[in-house]
Amino acid sequence: MGLDRKRIFITGTRKGIGAFLVRYYAARGFMVCGCSRGEAEFDLKNYRHFCADVSDEAQTLKIFSTIRKEYGGLDILVNNAGVASMNHCLLTPYRSVRKIVDTNIIGTFLFCREAAKLMQAQGYGRIVNFATIATPLKLEGEAVYAASKAAVVCLTEVLARELAPFGITVNAVGPTPIKTDLIRSVPQDKLDALLQRQAIPRYGKMEDIANVIDFFIRPESDFITGQVIYLGGV
Amino acid sequence: MIDKDKIVSALYEAIDEINEFRPQGQRLEKALDTRLFGAGGVLDSIGLVSFIVAVEQRIAEVFGTSITLADERALSQRNSPFRSIGSLADYISKLLGEVSGVPSTHGTG
Repeated sequence: MGLDRKRIFITGTRKGIGAFLVRYYAARGFMVCGCSRGEAEFDLKNYRHFCADVSDEAQTLKIFSTIRKEYGGLDILVNNAGVASMNHCLLTPYRSVRKIVDTNIIGTFLFCREAAKLMQAQGYGRIVNFATIATPLKLEGEAVYAASKAAVVCLTEVLARELAPFGITVNAVGPTPIKTDLIRSVPQDKLDALLQRQAIPRYGKMEDIANVIDFFIRPESDFITGQVIYLGGV
Repeated sequence: MIDKDKIVSALYEAIDEINEFRPQGQRLEKALDTRLFGAGGVLDSIGLVSFIVAVEQRIAEVFGTSITLADERALSQRNSPFRSIGSLADYISKLLGEVSGVPSTHGTG
């Protein structure tokens, strides 16, 4: 990849996959921006952190206004920010449902919309959303999380069509369980049973996700849009 | 009062911005009676989307206020605010007036 097309924004960068992706792309010479509700726990030369809730429209608009003024545009958006709540549907509180919908669906939509506004002006852009294998596997205990990510898949597919005339591709990566905070509360026997439903029964690695993102964001991938790649052969 | 000249200037800047990517012969003219969309309009639907995005960004910069131009209200109006630069300037003036509580000056087109 050349030196241009390297302005990337990653949401949910305080920890887990987001923090990994910041380091991964910063090490590869990208100009990386990111956001999370709290301060970042790392300090990198080519990383700029914004404290924001992705589902807050005013905060989102402010971020993209700054990006436009200070960086002149954006080439890549990775919508990593997400929350999960694993529980039987009968025991799932309204507050959890609201939080998942706000962050996973509304947050993803707002960032897609605002990033695409910058990208369309330059006739180029790459958006990568986060799906999950919980959706195609219809995992019990993850009804709202899986449903929210089904919505993300649908957004990805429709936005791919709406944004294609502007040279913007929209795709999604669907990770398997990875050892992060998101699955910390899931019992081990449930995780073992889940891994057995994958074609390749192992935990995912951060690098597996970066590999799919690398493929989607390559300038040469301009004919790849509206696709979801699930890891582990799901 | 909302300064209509400032709105028109912002619209002309947005025209400059999108004209950069448009071939000769399909560029928008900087005039109040320039037809944007619909009968006799220069823009197709995708071109209109780009133009609206550029206008919203300029208005936010010039007036420090974010407005949404293409909401249900705009789309349901009998006379579309997107038919000409003049009608769009009037519509923006109205929206800014509502946000700030300041009345707008008389219409331009």
